[in-house]
Amino acid sequence: MMNSRRTLTGAQGNNGSYKWLGIALVRALIVILCVMTAVFFLIRIVPGDPAKMILGEYSTPEALKNMHHTLGLDLPLWEQFIRFMKTLFTQGDTGNSIIMGTSARELIMQRAPVTLLLILIACVLAIITALLLATAAATHKDKLLDHLIRIFPAITLGMPIFWVGILLILLFSVRLGWFPVGGVGEGFTGTLRSLALPAITVAFSQIPTLVRSLRAQMLEVLESDFVVTLRASGIPSRVILFKHVLRNSALPTLMLLGVNISYLIGGTLVVEQVFGIKGIGSLLFTSISNRDFPVIQGIALYCALSVVIISLLIEIISWWLDPRTKGKQ
Amino acid sequence: MTTTTPDIQLPEGKKQVNGLRRIWNTPSLLIGIIMFAVLILLALFIPYLSPYHPTEQNLSAFLQPPSSTHWLGTDQLGRDLFTRLIYAARTDLTIMVLAEIIPFCTGVLLGMLSGYYGKWTDRIIALITDTFIAFPFYLIVIIVAFASGAGERGIYITFILVGWIVFARVVRGLSASFREQEWVASAQTLGLPGSRIILRHLLPNVLPQAVVVLMTDMVGLLVAIVTLGYLGIGIAPPTPDWGTMISDGQPFITTAWWLSAVPGFAVVYTGIALSLLGDGLADIWRKK
Repeated sequence: MMNSRRTLTGAQGNNGSYKWLGIALVRALIVILCVMTAVFFLIRIVPGDPAKMILGEYSTPEALKNMHHTLGLDLPLWEQFIRFMKTLFTQGDTGNSIIMGTSARELIMQRAPVTLLLILIACVLAIITALLLATAAATHKDKLLDHLIRIFPAITLGMPIFWVGILLILLFSVRLGWFPVGGVGEGFTGTLRSLALPAITVAFSQIPTLVRSLRAQMLEVLESDFVVTLRASGIPSRVILFKHVLRNSALPTLMLLGVNISYLIGGTLVVEQVFGIKGIGSLLFTSISNRDFPVIQGIALYCALSVVIISLLIEIISWWLDPRTKGKQ
Repeated sequence: MTTTTPDIQLPEGKKQVNGLRRIWNTPSLLIGIIMFAVLILLALFIPYLSPYHPTEQNLSAFLQPPSSTHWLGTDQLGRDLFTRLIYAARTDLTIMVLAEIIPFCTGVLLGMLSGYYGKWTDRIIALITDTFIAFPFYLIVIIVAFASGAGERGIYITFILVGWIVFARVVRGLSASFREQEWVASAQTLGLPGSRIILRHLLPNVLPQAVVVLMTDMVGLLVAIVTLGYLGIGIAPPTPDWGTMISDGQPFITTAWWLSAVPGFAVVYTGIALSLLGDGLADIWRKK
């Protein structure tokens, strides 16, 4: 999405701003159509016959033929495509689950709340921690604290997210017994308690990138003319930091999180597996071992759609909060 | 012929000497090279260093804690953890390097085409990129790896499909900025065909930055290979792989926590080595 924005920076004034919004919407729509097409081809471009995968290597030609018919794979490609798009646009669905027989969309909606809650908690945790660390690093520039915080991303870059989860279980659940080892607890506090470690794990994977660019952002603000002026007028540095610098850095964090949202969702699916949480991630893996193609396609579709929509929303929100960002990343 | 080529070639001999000294003067690159070299040497010579076999089971010596005979202890099937760890480095690092070749080439090429020609070529490539980016990386990796059959083949297909995007994005930006510069314009005025400008003039200029990105991207790729192994759709057992080792060790987390922890540290170690290599290379090329 970044590419076309450059051409839009020329658009100025009130008229131009709405034109920008329109172009952003049209662009998101085109990407959504491409995403749908990609989901259709997803199981078709990779080598291997889906029917054979469902039935196993030694299935009879008869059974294969029947399965092709059930999946609609015996039709010509363009007819399959039209069928797929038709179900998608009329029912917002990718077909019925081969195993459960129920709609793929319903199965996904049942599992979505836990995953969404997990992502939400992780985002809040990531933003708060990143802001604290970046403030600490930026205000102690080139001192020991700053160096320590700056080494952090290089070390965490190579940390597999599931492994971080296992280490956290080892420390906080097995050794200290603060949190349950896995699963989701009952009631409000039970749920929160059992989602704490998974959320910390997901947040952990986001914090390094956030801290790195937030620190750079804050340093830029700290050295800018208006902060120098504020300082010269005798306003205490604490006030400057919280009232002006943080406020100016919050928006870039939000935008960065928007860029990373796709990575965040993917990481959550893996983390769910570590902690035995029955969300979208576990649905994906059951569907994979059951070779349940419509559900797999549905998950891919809904994840990609949320990424496109969230990115668009964040773009619009940041434009609304700060018109300077209009048409820019 | 443009004037740039002879200018660069003359002081070539001197530069080699400076190059070595530069490595010496760039601590991050030096440490990165040493860390990576240690790993490679261990992986190459492990059959001569260890008396154990990575897949041979010894059920009388299962789940032993670290000792002088088993440096890192043994797993639930009595296999020596250290030996398996280094053999896993062989598997994972080989796949990591091989799986990166095709995405690197296609990414750099598409990025140059997109940046140099702009207009429709650029728009179409940008649209493909946007579509792929909408899918969470791990989601697409998991689905494609599974659909193309678990194992090494699945990993290669997955990265041929999605790995090129990172390079295409970086190289596109660079090429677009180079297009505005005089030396490209002068090559165009001389009537050189686009293909020649791209391959002989643009390529050498975008390559350093692309290689720096390659180093960080390899870390991501390694983590993805390990994640697939952990989820059971990567490298098939009993071939040693850091991901399957972590998942095999998870049930014993209360009694033998090192079974899961140690392979993860191997991944982190490799990650740090590659990051330092990337940072160091970037430093050297920036100073030039």
